[in-house]
Amino acid sequence: MPGILGKKLGMTSIFDEKGKVVPCTVIEAGPCTVLQIRTKDKDGYAAVQLGFGTRREKNISKPQLGHFAKLGVRPTRFIREFKSFADGTLKSGDMVTVELFAVGDKVTVIGTSKGKGFQGVMRRHGFGGVGGTTHGQSDRLRAPGSIGSSSYPSRVFKGMRMAGRMGNARVTYKNLKVVKVIPESNVLVIKGAVPGAKQGLLEILKQG
Amino acid sequence: MNKIDLLEQSLMKTDLPPFFPGDTINVHVRVKEGDKERIQEFQGIVIAIRGEGLKKSFTIRKISDGVGVERIFPVHSPSIAKIVKVRTGNVRRAKLFYLRTLAAKQVRAKTK
Repeated sequence: MPGILGKKLGMTSIFDEKGKVVPCTVIEAGPCTVLQIRTKDKDGYAAVQLGFGTRREKNISKPQLGHFAKLGVRPTRFIREFKSFADGTLKSGDMVTVELFAVGDKVTVIGTSKGKGFQGVMRRHGFGGVGGTTHGQSDRLRAPGSIGSSSYPSRVFKGMRMAGRMGNARVTYKNLKVVKVIPESNVLVIKGAVPGAKQGLLEILKQG
Repeated sequence: MNKIDLLEQSLMKTDLPPFFPGDTINVHVRVKEGDKERIQEFQGIVIAIRGEGLKKSFTIRKISDGVGVERIFPVHSPSIAKIVKVRTGNVRRAKLFYLRTLAAKQVRAKTK
């Protein structure tokens, strides 16, 4: 799927052609430099490597600097590879811009969700807690309940949902609609919310 | 100015008269009936304005056949054809929800 890298700027709401309010996310998408073309023969898989953002030269290791110098482009903050980018018309040094998308396109947006820290089972997995507050019960209100049987199997099954770290994970939202494309300012407006905090890196994939 | 503000600004109306809580305004609302479109007027006192930029909205109240009617409009909604300011009010509050409990005569006295 062809895609682009972007930065979440925040949310707002705009009016559609019927006058209805549409909640939407504003994303600064691209321009991305094509840094390398991975081919089946040479690398074992086909992909396009895109760079996004800027980074100062002093903050980059020499081997990486060479990678950018080969193309004579400014070092980018982020590098991501996109598999099965259409046909192979792109070559190293090309630019991928927000014009890749048109209004009405369906897109998949991938980001890193906001970290929530160590959370209990109610917040993390939507458990209902145990029982009520009366009948002498005092400390079980947000508890997970039973986590399995006793002598058989004498252990807790793997993958049992329990309290722990929540968020800060790669999250994919599919079938989001493009509401507006503004090529002059590299802005992409998408209906609904996308994962992550403001200023977070997003991968935006065009759906087939 | 950031890109969200610029985007909002490009979609905002610029031909609206400035109005404040306490003012009496006449809102021309586009009403779609089948494939025909007509204008419906709604006149009343602005009792609240909330939000900023493109998301700004206002609440307008009138007494219709003895029943209080309130409508909330997004200021920059395309379904608002025009806003006409009828009367400037003089009030000391930003939100005039207390008008709901007052009689018509008291309302007039309060917004003079």
